[in-house]
Amino acid sequence: MAEPLKPKERVKIPRQAMPEQPALARAHNFQEVNLGLQVVAAEHEAQRCLTCSDPKCVQGCPVGVKIRDFVELVLSGDYLQAAAKIREDNILPAVTGRVCPQENQCEGACVLGNRFSPLAIGNLERFVADYERATGQVGLPTLAPPTGKKVAIVGSGPAGLSCAGDLAIQGHKVTVFEALHEIGGVLLYGIPEFRLPKDIVRQEVDNMRKLGIDFQTNVVIGKTVTVDELFDEEGFHAVFVATGAGLPRFLNLPGEHLGGVYSANEFLTRVNLMKAYDPSHYDEPIYDCRGRNVAVVGGGNTAMDAIRSALRLGAKNAYVIYRRGEEEMPARREELHHAQDEGVQFLTLHNPIEFLGDARGYLRAVRLTRMALGEPDASGRRSSAPVPDSEFELPLDVVIIAVGTGANPLVQSTTPDLRLNKWGYIIADEESLRTSKRGVFAGGDIVSGSATVILAMGAGRKAARSIHQFLCDGAW
Amino acid sequence: MFPIVQARFLSPDVKQFRIEAPRIARKRKAGQFVIVRLHEYGERIPLTISDSDESDGTITLVVQGIGKTTRLMNQLEAGDAVLDLVGPLGEPSHVDRFGTVVVIGGGVGTAIAYPTAVAMKQAGNRVISILGARTAELLILEQEVRATSDELHLLTDDGSRGERGFVTQKLQELLDGGTEVNLVLAIGPVPMMKAVADVTRPRAIKTIVSLNPIMVDGTGMCGGCRVQVGGASKFACVDGPEFDAHAVDFQILMQRNSLYKEQERAALARFEADPTPDREHVAHCHLEQQHPAAGPRAGVREGGECRG
Ligand SMILES: Cc1cc2nc3c(=O)[nH]c(=O)nc-3n(C[C@H](O)[C@H](O)[C@H](O)COP(=O)(O)OP(=O)(O)OC[C@H]3O[C@@H](n4cnc5c(N)ncnc54)[C@H](O)[C@@H]3O)c2cc1C
Ligand SMILES: Cc1cc2nc3c(=O)[nH]c(=O)nc-3n(C[C@H](O)[C@H](O)[C@H](O)COP(=O)(O)OP(=O)(O)OC[C@H]3O[C@@H](n4cnc5c(N)ncnc54)[C@H](O)[C@@H]3O)c2cc1C
Ligand code: SF4
Ligand code: SF4
Ligand code: FES
Repeated sequence: MAEPLKPKERVKIPRQAMPEQPALARAHNFQEVNLGLQVVAAEHEAQRCLTCSDPKCVQGCPVGVKIRDFVELVLSGDYLQAAAKIREDNILPAVTGRVCPQENQCEGACVLGNRFSPLAIGNLERFVADYERATGQVGLPTLAPPTGKKVAIVGSGPAGLSCAGDLAIQGHKVTVFEALHEIGGVLLYGIPEFRLPKDIVRQEVDNMRKLGIDFQTNVVIGKTVTVDELFDEEGFHAVFVATGAGLPRFLNLPGEHLGGVYSANEFLTRVNLMKAYDPSHYDEPIYDCRGRNVAVVGGGNTAMDAIRSALRLGAKNAYVIYRRGEEEMPARREELHHAQDEGVQFLTLHNPIEFLGDARGYLRAVRLTRMALGEPDASGRRSSAPVPDSEFELPLDVVIIAVGTGANPLVQSTTPDLRLNKWGYIIADEESLRTSKRGVFAGGDIVSGSATVILAMGAGRKAARSIHQFLCDGAW
Repeated sequence: MFPIVQARFLSPDVKQFRIEAPRIARKRKAGQFVIVRLHEYGERIPLTISDSDESDGTITLVVQGIGKTTRLMNQLEAGDAVLDLVGPLGEPSHVDRFGTVVVIGGGVGTAIAYPTAVAMKQAGNRVISILGARTAELLILEQEVRATSDELHLLTDDGSRGERGFVTQKLQELLDGGTEVNLVLAIGPVPMMKAVADVTRPRAIKTIVSLNPIMVDGTGMCGGCRVQVGGASKFACVDGPEFDAHAVDFQILMQRNSLYKEQERAALARFEADPTPDREHVAHCHLEQQHPAAGPRAGVREGGECRG
């Protein structure tokens, strides 16, 4: 256990670096890049916290994790209690510790950041969650007596999982329906193994099974069963729609049908869900990237995940093509830096205008134009416009399109009384997450559009409170 | 897990399966398909629902063994189980009272066309079926199609059964002979569907084809199944699989279907050399009887464990 230090001493401790696999080695394997803090480093890091009386960090966290309190528990060496403290607000700390954009959230708000580096809250969160997992002592909450009410959760991403967990604890019978053959949503099929090991997701799901939650994979709501049938034929009392924003967007450029042109969803699904990175064991094929030139179009987390996966599949040259500058890239900073360290080349201020193929229908090059930044628009982001006469060809074998996603429409198109906004997302009340249809709630990316894991999880928990209320009093 | 309750060969490379999937059996309509994954290491492949029986909760699939996954599947028997099976996917066939409908099936395409032919007949259409295959033993579902057709024409490339020739020749003959045709449904190899489209185009006869691009999720999430129809990009798994034959770009479809040729060839060669590892990954269920209606259920529910 560490001795309490004075604030002056605390701020002198440097922010503890996250140990990483060396860039050159990790660029060729799918094992996790970040190795996790060692105990000593975690203690040092925890000592940096000023344990503020009005912790700004907590306000920066979308679900209000009691950061100061859990860090104090780390300081006293009580890691399991620290994990339990986080779990009061966040049921997937091993996940969020790894993937939250902390620089815009908890760490962005930490007062240490004003003059020094902010506390490494994400790394500490991960540390205690991993400790808890390693001991196998995840404290299962006690369940309230059965209420006899049945709730259907549609979609098993972070929104669906967190809602399911909370409702099960309150004694409701919960069934999660998932269209794919595995549970986890984007955590499973989108975010790669080297950033979020799938065993973590599986272990969390196993814990939830112990709460009595029934997971049914291979069920597409809207196709296998409709929402109305869930109520009328299968006897559910409430439905939570958490289907995410999984519809890929393309650029509608000439040549998009060519072989070697992928949506990020397809590329990542083949790699992660179907494990195409391990062809000696798994059947799902993927374009052979070895020795090839691969580019991703886009600048978000999805783009970084896709291009870093391509690098690990053996790409010779890996490019990010992004129409604005590096400053404007929405990806987490850590991912950006990791990609750069691994040798990904950044073609910022470039935009594709055409994909060029060979006689057999495979991609051979992309026509790019250079772009210039203009004035900031209403949202504060600077727009960009093509520079005249700046076009050139870049030889490419594979291009992955990661320019955003839209709402998956299968539930909406078969549930006519669900109100949607003009982009096809479900309209839900911000506080109660109620939709226009009695008994149906919605949250996560299917309401907000693509956002973050922690926001989806927060929405799931909010929905659980609201659903519980509805199941208890029946008022709508 | 989804137990196979019946399996039998229809022709040397084509096998028919009845598989327990009660939710899908209740819901499916003609023209829809499922996505199947045989075992934990397997790929996801689409297969059309050829028939279903709501009373015993089974669906029927007809599989042509052309590559690794379909050949492995065709080694499975009653009592084996399919790990994942999801559906019904895709838009159902547009069934209406059109008048005279010509249904053309080539090879395993006959099994895909069959449920729609039945639905067309039930909707009050006059159904003329034309089935084609390379040789007699590859013709499948002849009895079933005959039972739902007002007229049936069989063709083989070598003349070993029915007339010698191609389905397009028969179609051309019917049209030249003055048969009034309101709709043509053609399902089979891409070159056949393209050839049918070329026959009906000059006469502006509405022609529907069922496209078979490579799929992954089957729910509109990956975009891998995109096809060009009338100059626009469509996702076959949610917008199709049936499309207006006169608007489809068959060239692009063929190119996209051969994207993974090398990997597919290698996978098949490995499998043919030693099918044991794959066969060992397949799960089994003890069925009380060949027919589930005859005894207590194998204790299997969709997505759940096989407790047999
Ligand atoms: C590649 C990638 C990287 C990302 N990286 C980060 C990151 O680093 N940090 C971060 O905070 N966020 C990241 N995000 C965003 C984050 O993953 C999402 O915001 C979050 O997963 C949304 O959660 P959700 O529960 O709303 O939906 P999802 O996670 O999308 O889950 C929805 C689930 O519903 C299923 N489903 C859809 N339709 C149906 C239906 N009709 N019936 C049954 N099931 C259905 C889907 O198959 C899916 O499993 C990333 C996203 C991607 C794609
Ligand atoms: C909507 C739809 C319905 C279909 N219905 C039937 C059916 O009822 N009976 C039947 O026998 N076949 C059907 N097919 C075709 C069947 O899916 C392919 O034959 C099968 O995927 C081949 O897999 P393989 O591993 O055996 O062969 P491979 O050697 O892997 O591939 C052989 C060829 O099959 C196609 N193919 C490969 N992988 C896929 C995939 N994941 N998705 C789609 N096509 C692929 C490619 O064109 C490839 O060149 C259907 C296809 C679609 C899209
Ligand atoms: S959940 Fe995310 S934002 Fe909140 S404290 Fe943890 S890492 Fe920070
Ligand atoms: S704001 Fe920073 S220093 Fe203050 S309690 Fe939070 S983490 Fe600690
Ligand atoms: S198979 Fe993925 S979108 Fe159609």
